[in-house]
This record gives sequence, structure tokens and C-alpha cells, in this order.
Amino acid sequence: MFLDDYFRQYGLVAIFCVVAVAVPVSMMLMSWGMSRVGLRPRAPSAVKAETYECGMEAIGGKWNLFNFRYYMFAILFVIFDVEVIFLYPWATKFLSLELFALIEMAVFVGILLIGWAYAWRKRDLEWG
Amino acid sequence: MAWVLFIALAVVTLGGGLAVVATRNVVHAALALLVSLVAVAGVYLLVYAEFLALVQVLIYGGAIVIVLVFAIMLTRSAEYPRTSDNRQWPLAAVAALGLLAVLVPAFLINAVQDTEAKNAAFTGIAQSLFTTWAVPFEIASLVLLVALIGAIIIARSGPGEN
Repeated sequence: MFLDDYFRQYGLVAIFCVVAVAVPVSMMLMSWGMSRVGLRPRAPSAVKAETYECGMEAIGGKWNLFNFRYYMFAILFVIFDVEVIFLYPWATKFLSLELFALIEMAVFVGILLIGWAYAWRKRDLEWG
Repeated sequence: MAWVLFIALAVVTLGGGLAVVATRNVVHAALALLVSLVAVAGVYLLVYAEFLALVQVLIYGGAIVIVLVFAIMLTRSAEYPRTSDNRQWPLAAVAALGLLAVLVPAFLINAVQDTEAKNAAFTGIAQSLFTTWAVPFEIASLVLLVALIGAIIIARSGPGEN
């Protein structure tokens, strides 16, 4: 019962998770182990300690106060994240639903687009 | 096999929860909360609650943790990156033990029927959501619209903004 399609499908997700954790951890462990046996040279420098090796130089500390405008995007993300929850069963079972479901979803997304248009018209999506 | 997976997920969930209250760094606490919430999604998957697992990852793992991280980013966290003030812990312990004292007897009295788990998946949810519960579904979009516009208005009316 246990190794049916359902669990095989999510077993893949579990394997992805395991690999995603194992790769960085093993890299750090290898680096640590090499330094224990004296194989890894130790030569720290200012460039190596930078946050981004290639890119803009970081300004300020990591505990900077971020711009309040980011908050608007967080709110929009949360609302449309909830919308996606409703889209998901609709999209996966689309072929077995009737035309009525398509109209329903169009109304649903249309009502939420009003909110998006409101934010757009009130210039909340602009940066300036 | 299911038991092994459940115990592994439970350990991750509880470990994440412990890390949330044990760490002194608020950002680490938010990250540990994310780990705990995603592990709960794994528990839902074990009992074939696919849709619930999806909601758990998208809403709790996505939206709620994002809002928490934004709250940390936007407040003056430089002044307290490390919370050392935990004078409220006796009160928190009493509240947590009280909740435990309610939940454990509740589970013992209303024992869950040990039925065969089966894959309900999305078919039932989609059918009932888009036929029987069509009107509440549309009302949900109105509620979301009100929440969106309300949040924008409240956010804009803060001091320093016009």
C-alpha cells in the first residue's frame, strides 16, 4: 500500500529536500575536515570576507532599516498567495469541471484584479 | 515505514519549534519557524491531505513567514537583534502547559478512528468548491479584495506618507 504512486511522487520531493540539505552541509563538513588534517590552507583576506564576491559593494550593516515601501509588495504577495490556493484545485481538475467553473474562476480573478488595479491607479506599485 | 517518516517529521517540527523559542536572534527564529511549518506540511502529506499540505506550504510557509520577516526588516531591529528580555517565560510556560492539559485529554477521549488512509486529493475539493460552494467561493474573492484595499489604505495613511 505504501509505495503507491502518491508516495512515489512525494518521495521525489523528499529526495530533493535531502539533496538540498546534504550538499551544502557536506561541503562545509569537507572544508572543516580538510582544515583538521591540514590539507586546507588558511589565508583569510578582506575580499574573501565580502558578502558578494562579484557585484556591488555592500553598504551598511545587515540590521539596516529597510524602506517601508517593501511592505506594500508584501501585502500584495500575501493576497495573491491566497488566490493561488483557490486556483490550484481548479487548475488540476480543470478538464473534469464544467464551463461554469471557468466562469466562476474568471469572476474570482476579475474581482481580485480590481484590487490590483486600485493599487496600480493609486501609484502604490511605483517606486518614487 | 509510515511511522519512521512520521517520527522524523515530528522531530523536525518539534526541533524547529524549540529553536524558535530558544534562539536569541529574531531572524533565526523566523527561519526555524519556517522549518517547523514545512515539516507539518510533510505530516499532512503522510495522511494523504494533499491540499492541506499545499495550503500549509503556501500560506504558512510562504505568506505568514514572509510577513514576519518583513515585520523584522521594517522595524528598528538594529536596536534588538538579540532579544534577551524573557521575563514573560513563566507566563508562557503556564499558557503552554494549560493548552497541553486541554489537548491531551481531548485526544484521549475522542480517539481518532484508525481507518485506512486513502487519496482524496483534489477531485472532491474541486467538485464541491466549484459546484456546491460556488457562492462562498466568490465571496472569498470579495473578502480578499476588501483585505487588499484595506491594507493598502492603512499602510498609506502612516505618518510621513500622504
